[in-house]
Amino acid sequence: MVEIKNSLENDIFTIYVIGEVDASSSIYLDESISDATSKHKKIIVNCKQLEYISSAGLGVFMSYINDLEEQGIKLVIYGLSDKVRHVFQILGLDQLLKITDSEEEAKGIVNGV
Amino acid sequence: MPSQKNILRFFSILGIFSWLIMLGSGYLYRFGQLHTASGETYLFFSKAFLLVFIVIIYFFYRQNIGNQESLNIIDLLWKVFVTGLIATIVSLSSNFLLNALKDHEHGRNPYFLDTLYFINVGLIITFLIATFTVWKRLILYQKSKWLIRTWNVFEYGLLGSALIFFTSVESISSFGLVVLGLFAVLGIVLSVNLKWVAYLNFKQKWKSILLIILISLYIIYFYFILDTFGQDNGFTLLFSALNVITIRALYIFILIYCVFSILVILFNLPTSSVFEQKLVEVINFQKLSQSRNTGQSEEQVYEILIDSAVSVAVANAAWLDIMNEEEKVIKTLYLRTNKVEKKGVLNSIKSNKVKYVQSSVPSRNKTKDRFIAELKHEVYKSIFVIPLYIQEKQIATLALLKDVNDGFSKEMIEILRTFINQASISIENYRLMEEAIINERYKEELKIAKRVQDSLIPKKLYTNDDFEISAFSKAAAEVGGDYFDTYKMDKNRVAIIVGDVSGKGTSAAFHMSQMKGIFQSLVQLNLSARDFIIKANNALSNCLDRTSFITTTYFIIDSQRKKFEFSRAGHCPTLYFSAKEKNVSFLEDNGLGLGILRDDQFDDFVDVNEIKYNPGDILLLYTDGITEAKNSNNEEFGYDRLKQFLEKNAYYSAEYIKEGILKTVYDFCESSNLEDDITTLIVKVK
Repeated sequence: MVEIKNSLENDIFTIYVIGEVDASSSIYLDESISDATSKHKKIIVNCKQLEYISSAGLGVFMSYINDLEEQGIKLVIYGLSDKVRHVFQILGLDQLLKITDSEEEAKGIVNGV
Repeated sequence: MPSQKNILRFFSILGIFSWLIMLGSGYLYRFGQLHTASGETYLFFSKAFLLVFIVIIYFFYRQNIGNQESLNIIDLLWKVFVTGLIATIVSLSSNFLLNALKDHEHGRNPYFLDTLYFINVGLIITFLIATFTVWKRLILYQKSKWLIRTWNVFEYGLLGSALIFFTSVESISSFGLVVLGLFAVLGIVLSVNLKWVAYLNFKQKWKSILLIILISLYIIYFYFILDTFGQDNGFTLLFSALNVITIRALYIFILIYCVFSILVILFNLPTSSVFEQKLVEVINFQKLSQSRNTGQSEEQVYEILIDSAVSVAVANAAWLDIMNEEEKVIKTLYLRTNKVEKKGVLNSIKSNKVKYVQSSVPSRNKTKDRFIAELKHEVYKSIFVIPLYIQEKQIATLALLKDVNDGFSKEMIEILRTFINQASISIENYRLMEEAIINERYKEELKIAKRVQDSLIPKKLYTNDDFEISAFSKAAAEVGGDYFDTYKMDKNRVAIIVGDVSGKGTSAAFHMSQMKGIFQSLVQLNLSARDFIIKANNALSNCLDRTSFITTTYFIIDSQRKKFEFSRAGHCPTLYFSAKEKNVSFLEDNGLGLGILRDDQFDDFVDVNEIKYNPGDILLLYTDGITEAKNSNNEEFGYDRLKQFLEKNAYYSAEYIKEGILKTVYDFCESSNLEDDITTLIVKVK
């Protein structure tokens, strides 16, 4: 099961993904990203407590790639564990989504530094 | 079978005819009386046709009222009332005419008086028989064999007794009086059948009393008319219709029943609300227990429950807390109250005046039992709280409020208990049905997906002289989407593909079928690895769901040029053993899964590589079901173990290596039933 939290600081919207994202819980991730992209232009996704993500969860991220570009939204994923990051890399998503290590770096990227 | 309307018309016409004959014969007799002293036959005919008239009217009403299917009591009484009203009006008019012409010459014309008399007789008989037929329906409201037999005796007896009329001249004989007495007794016996009264509501009872009183007045008036007709005018009747025993008996019987009805209705008035209440309770109970059949949702069952409970308890207000799985309140239904009031009421429960009601199902937690309490509230004075349970778990709480002290009687509590139980059962049924349906659907889905999957596994693995190949694929219980296939492009080249669809279940299986179709089509076009991947991505872009993608690695093994040409589209990197270098490495080329970019931007991410192979080289293709296989410590099999395995077993045959991998993975997981599909394909160069 996954737990999704969020917070807003200045104009940066943070989504915290906690737990496991599998086929049944990917819908919550989908909802929260959908919600976030409709209201904010700077979104960072804190995956420090993301233990596992299935292909369904990856598919959720993937489905927003076009929207991000079209609507000029900056989305950065950070704090991935090695294992999870590896999954993104094998799939090639790291070439399409911005992935970084720390929160500062993530904020820097969305702020256009 | 002639229609109802035609039958009635037939009888009406017959009736009118017989009345006319009766009248006509009467005239002739009168004429005879006045001028000669003969003409007894005319009198006979006149009497006879009076009886005929009675019989015809009897059949007319038997058809009209007796055979009607629907039984609306008020409608029937109303019909009788209207018939009586018409008869009365005509009769009154004739009486008025009679009086007006009392001293007039025409007022003493016997033919005129005869006509008026027979008009009255006709109308009154019609009214009597109409009322009689309606009374029959009321008495036979609840039939029993005994009742029907008794009634038939009565009815046929009445009709038959008309014949006695021929024996009497001036008045009824003593024999006739005895018969009349018997009819009166029988009438009383039959008149106790008044069950229809219980089924009327309060309003209907008042209407019935009114109508029956008026009908009684008519009866009395009609009797009076027939008895004293023409006396003011010094007129002697040809014969008195009242001497027909049937008619007298009808008067007596109808009047008796009127009196009985009025009394019974009157005395039932104070208790009628109880019956209505009971009826409402039964209907509500039915509604609750039939909720599955009528396709009601849980919410609707709760709504019926709160409405019914309030009606049964005659409560002023109520609320129903609905709980979720964790017994936390998620919604509250309010009836004539609100959240604020509820809080106030709960606070005003006099803690020293809480009475726990004995529950038939013993519960460990006392506070969850139902209880009645006195309240210190400005509006409500007592409250009854009842929890609903399904299998020991609380699903809701109902609270009923009344503005009087001690407002919940033992009977109310009993009935509420049955309602609550029924509601719980209905909701439990509803949930079980839902679960069963979902399970069925799910099982069906899995069956279909499994079938699709089975059809995707290739029946034959193509090789050429240069290499041997061995493959294995096993789908997990929850179907995913592993795929592999081979194709002989020409004498020298074989295409090999392994793939994995994102997601699980039927949609993954369908996407896999699409992938197989695309592979089987494109692979015939002699494309390079790069073009294959690009075209496959194009094709899939039109097939896949919004959040689906397919990872794949595509190999072309060229035995003429002795090389592998391959592209890795987001799939787990192929493990390669180089016989020459004597090492094992992952072919971690760049690539992007198919369906992630669905336009030509994708083309920039396609990477193709070539490896010149040597004898002994091994390609180990697999899906993430192997690397992500977990043991009881939640540890993954991982890439390293796979690499180590191949390092140790590189000199064995492809078949042996395949078996070896499976064994190793199963041993690691301590089971051969894994959560995800596992697929592995081994190519060994000879």
